[in-house]
Amino acid sequence: MRTLEEGPLSGEIFEEHTVLSVDDLCRLCSVERTYIVELVDEGVLRATQVDARGSRFPGAALRRARIALRLQRDLEINLPGVALALELMEELERLRGELRVGGR
Amino acid sequence: MQFKDYYQVMGVARDATEAQIKQAYRRLARKYHPDVSKEKDAEARFKDLGEAYEVLKSAEKRAAYDQLGAGPRPGENFKPPPDWGSGFEFTGEGPHPGSAGGADYSDFFESLFGGAAAGARRGGRRGSRATDDDRGEDHHAKVLLDLDATLQGGSRQMTLRVPEIDADGRLVSRERTLNVQVPKGILPGQTIRLAGQGSAAAAGGKPGDLYIEVEFQPHPLYKLDGRDLYLELPVAPWEAALGATVKTPTPSGIVELKIPSGSHAGSKLRLKSRGLPAATPGDLYVVLQIALPAAGDEKSKDAYRAMAAALPFNPRLSLGV
Repeated sequence: MRTLEEGPLSGEIFEEHTVLSVDDLCRLCSVERTYIVELVDEGVLRATQVDARGSRFPGAALRRARIALRLQRDLEINLPGVALALELMEELERLRGELRVGGR
Repeated sequence: MQFKDYYQVMGVARDATEAQIKQAYRRLARKYHPDVSKEKDAEARFKDLGEAYEVLKSAEKRAAYDQLGAGPRPGENFKPPPDWGSGFEFTGEGPHPGSAGGADYSDFFESLFGGAAAGARRGGRRGSRATDDDRGEDHHAKVLLDLDATLQGGSRQMTLRVPEIDADGRLVSRERTLNVQVPKGILPGQTIRLAGQGSAAAAGGKPGDLYIEVEFQPHPLYKLDGRDLYLELPVAPWEAALGATVKTPTPSGIVELKIPSGSHAGSKLRLKSRGLPAATPGDLYVVLQIALPAAGDEKSKDAYRAMAAALPFNPRLSLGV
């Protein structure tokens, strides 16, 4: 079924307008608190701020947490492996960027 | 419906052992995982792979699938035989890893194994939600846009596949086309959040949100690095050597660009704030390329000869020859 809906719909750039709590991340990734804590312990997620109400994460943490979850689930790698894969993927992306603009 | 050769998808022989099947899955899953792979059809390949593994890793499903034998060839029209499934019991092992909650099986798979209905909801720690209230589910999608969408803003049509429960309680996927205003300056990997565009909620609750992650197709002129753009601009040797004012395209229109004398191939000229729009916009870097005129006729050959005679120039000096 194909439906074209009214529009245009306006949204915001999530990463630039959002600060996430642990509970936000739990809800958005459908995981329990302990999993987010494990991601923080492993250094996959970094809180930018910790106050009386707990840790606060930048909006970009959502994408990182979701990729970590998928890698762990689909490729059956453990958390240190996921952390390593994410770092290597970022390095690869940086190098690809340099190649794109002609290896400065 | 098209017949799927799961052995071919996994690149294993029909008599492959369980261990060989697992190995093949692991290897191909790493290769085609949509978060890792840059292959164009990674997502589809990964989905097929997950489905093939779901069947071949289970002794019951594999035996049933093998019974179909080498009947139709892959891609040929296929209907399950009337006695299909008798004597086999497909216990719920949950959907394969690649599926979005099981909504994404092919028709072929579903006709044989019942699709999402047969599998339990994804198990493990993803099963229970931390703060489950009456809110509708959030949806996540990924779209590929042209670079102009972020440079100029404007609306784009996006077709997304959304999982839904149909009247019979089955999980199906529906195509939904939205007209979305792209926020100017959005970067690859960033997300547009559309509040209230996720699943409808149970009575009284708020609908979920829709998260659209964007990536960009390569642009014919500009390359993106963070918020900066790079443009390769061909110039004539005399324009680089003597300096010149030349026309150059920028995202906001054609401008006159001053080439300083003594420029060379690879010289970079910065046009401030002509990159991606933002509170602190990116810059546009124009990288010079020297384009040589062809020595096609006698007149141009003479010009090159005159230059060779006039200039004591050894381009290989740095090589010591």
